[in-house]
Amino acid sequence: MPDIRKITLTVNGTEHTRDVETRTHLADFLRRELGLVGTHLGCEHGVCGACTVMLDGEAIRSCILLAVQADGCEVTTVEGLASRGGGLHPVQQAFWEKHGLQCGFCTPGMMISIAAWLKESPNPRAAEIREAISGNICRCTGYQNIVTAALDAAEILRREG
Amino acid sequence: MGVRHVGERVKRVEDPRLLTGGGRFVDDIRLPNMTEATFVRSSEAHACIKSIDISEALAVPGVIAVFTLKDFGPEFAQKRLPQPAPHPLLKFPSTQYPPARDEVCYVGECVAMVVAQNRYIAEDAASLVWIEYESLPAVTDLRAAAQPEAPLANKQLLGNIAASVPWRYGDCTEAFAVATHVFKESYVQHRGGGHSMECRGVVACHDAPTDLLTVWTSTQTPYMVRRFLAQYLGREESRTRVIAPDVGGGFGPKVVIYPEEYAVAFAAMEIGRPIKWIEDRRENFVATTQQRDIVWEMEVAADGNGKIVALRGHGYLDGGAYLPYGLVLAMTSLMPFPGPYAIPSMDVVLDVVLTNATPTSPVRGAGRPNVAFVLERLIDLVARRLDRDRAEVRRVNFVKKNEFPYATGAKLPNGVPVTYDSGDYEACLDKALRSEIYTDFEARRVMAREQGRYLGLGIASYNEDTGMGPFEGATVRVQSSGKVLIQTGAASQGQGLDTVLAQICADRLGVEPSDVSVESGDTAAFPLGIATVASRVAVAAGSSVYEAAELVRAKAIALASGLLEVSEEKLKLENGTVGVVGDSNKHTTLAELARRLAGSIGIPTPAGLSPGLEATAYHNITRPTYAGGTHIAEVEVDTDTGQVKVLNYFVAHDCGRLLNPMLVDGQIAGGVVHGIGNALLERMIYDDSGQPQTTNYGEYLLPTATEIPTIHIEHVETLSPLNPLGVKGAGEGGTIPAAAAIVSAIENALADREVRVCSYPVSPEMIVQLIDSRNS
Repeated sequence: MPDIRKITLTVNGTEHTRDVETRTHLADFLRRELGLVGTHLGCEHGVCGACTVMLDGEAIRSCILLAVQADGCEVTTVEGLASRGGGLHPVQQAFWEKHGLQCGFCTPGMMISIAAWLKESPNPRAAEIREAISGNICRCTGYQNIVTAALDAAEILRREG
Repeated sequence: MGVRHVGERVKRVEDPRLLTGGGRFVDDIRLPNMTEATFVRSSEAHACIKSIDISEALAVPGVIAVFTLKDFGPEFAQKRLPQPAPHPLLKFPSTQYPPARDEVCYVGECVAMVVAQNRYIAEDAASLVWIEYESLPAVTDLRAAAQPEAPLANKQLLGNIAASVPWRYGDCTEAFAVATHVFKESYVQHRGGGHSMECRGVVACHDAPTDLLTVWTSTQTPYMVRRFLAQYLGREESRTRVIAPDVGGGFGPKVVIYPEEYAVAFAAMEIGRPIKWIEDRRENFVATTQQRDIVWEMEVAADGNGKIVALRGHGYLDGGAYLPYGLVLAMTSLMPFPGPYAIPSMDVVLDVVLTNATPTSPVRGAGRPNVAFVLERLIDLVARRLDRDRAEVRRVNFVKKNEFPYATGAKLPNGVPVTYDSGDYEACLDKALRSEIYTDFEARRVMAREQGRYLGLGIASYNEDTGMGPFEGATVRVQSSGKVLIQTGAASQGQGLDTVLAQICADRLGVEPSDVSVESGDTAAFPLGIATVASRVAVAAGSSVYEAAELVRAKAIALASGLLEVSEEKLKLENGTVGVVGDSNKHTTLAELARRLAGSIGIPTPAGLSPGLEATAYHNITRPTYAGGTHIAEVEVDTDTGQVKVLNYFVAHDCGRLLNPMLVDGQIAGGVVHGIGNALLERMIYDDSGQPQTTNYGEYLLPTATEIPTIHIEHVETLSPLNPLGVKGAGEGGTIPAAAAIVSAIENALADREVRVCSYPVSPEMIVQLIDSRNS
């Protein structure tokens, strides 16, 4: 018999209460249960970072966190990154302008990692950004434009205060 | 001509969706009543299957079906998968049964498929499928497998050498006999996996009443999947629709057609419900094709100036357990010889050797990096032995700018001479030599040396056959709204193809790229297509769009000329209108013209014109167009730990006309990073019994942002005379010489120890051993 628990969590500002198997990981919960397919699975062993979401404001790997561990928490996925008015988050806008994505598969996790980190490090240098995204693997871009986009986004965020 | 968007750094039309969680990759597809599959895979590298017990698996609640090959029925139990790339040298059955019949030949080979309500239940049940194996001897070492007394990798074979592929022209024997200098060297190269961040996946859905089979698959070739799936299943292609949704990276392995694609499609028809199968990363390590070792023994004959007069040698290539892509990898690991150099004679033979490991097929660069490595190491060797400058020896050997079109002396299998259409290899070399990385290096090296640090610089040049045939095609259609639709067979895996095609079309029709939408990668959207591989679609699909848009432009002008009663030469297309030069009162719109040609009941189509403001063009290709370039790599080698850091990297790149420089630079940077991974990090390891040892990202290392320096890129544009855009392919040039440049730099850093580095990836242990062996 599967082990089922009831959890309540807020995802991108909306509260959800669901019964979940305890073995369901958070990424599968977001994708399958809530239909938020923007978060991707690249390795399911916590290395590639494609599954990165924010949990109570911190970037975490949702493939190695169980959904039941997110009970009572606030989750932000790529679908919730943009402002409520529909405009793009500065990280998203910068990725677009600076060609920071190619296939787009690592991109949601990459942007969440950067957006979360920029809150702590608003005035980064390129080398620091590379460290910050060293847990996000991209096979397409060579990282170059991602770093440029992150620097641009940091500047916009500083201006916006 | 109004070239406004081509050549500009236009933002991608694909991005808004991908940036906001709107990507639709194969795992994002959900259909009513959909089930999920998982595969039971062989844990043995080579074994007979004695029995398969599926009874416990079938009993798990939520399991719908369990398939082994015999459950496919008697017709399929005897039917190996089609060989999409047959070759006269391939004389034996080289593909698998999907799943395996009675023999497994690599760890990871499909043996059974479980279909259940969801993946979690399917995996529960898969662990209850009991398979009895009788182990057979396994062979994984390439050179051991090539020996006549080696155990057979596959019981069907007479020997493990699947094919012996020659590549020769001129008279090598004579040239070597009279040469003033002959040098020999051996190389061991390893490539690793494509490792797109999205693994593979298939969703198959069969609507029985209409007999329409729809297959979504993360593929680089929806049309070949359709062709061979239809062939295998005995169906009409017209009732078989294959869609490549958003694909999260291809890099070569996704052009292979896999047992899982056939099995899932078959099973979906059997059970009458859609089936989804998504590969997880552990499977990807063992079930998706990769490249592994090629070993070479090479000889080069040169004169006193370092001019190479002849090249000969022999190689073994690890084919893996099956050859699902025929001999293509062998061809691409051989036919790039002699590279950008004018070498009068050549004789190289490459033996494809079967082993009990995952099948191999081209990975980004596709064998061209292997050839470039051999050529660049040999050039460096000649320079070193003759005490000449590495750059100057390259210059001496280059095909010169005034020698194009240049016939190398080689002939393709169909007898056509290999001809380089255009290029300027010296210009790329000169750009590299003028880069700050190069000009300031000596000062940095000396300063580092004073601090006890070792810096090295490597140079590597290459050329690349891009835009190979036979064709791609496109329909360009102005819709009644005035917006333009492109439909093409070409598929994208992140290259930004839609954007580039929109730019080309926008320039021809006088609209904005944002007014152009693209349907691609769907066999229902366009009749014929080939594949997105080998840096070919900008040439093939781009040229098709150009040609179709030109036809649409001509049609618009002809119709407008009649409507406005103005001669054609006076008309211009801009901002979605057709206007008259010098008379702003007379104009019409593309939308109006499209509506007229879309027809109304009873009203004849305007005389001399066919219905629809649209045209279809297939750009037919008879020869590839050659890109090229030179890379410079600067590394620091820690002589105590053997660690190598790449400090600086420069690329001089020639891909003909730059359609969108931002996208080209992105391809180059991404390609260089594949090369850095190749040179320093990536190794797919098997033990002697054929057990894979590196099946996660802790054991198999991919480059992360901290391993990569800023990559400086400059361009040379030698237009291709072979297509209307003058464009050459750009997807793989970043990778092709990268390992050679980095290895050359490592050797340069250790120059005072006179080490010679002839293999990659280069591990810290290897460097320490090389240094130690020179010290003793």
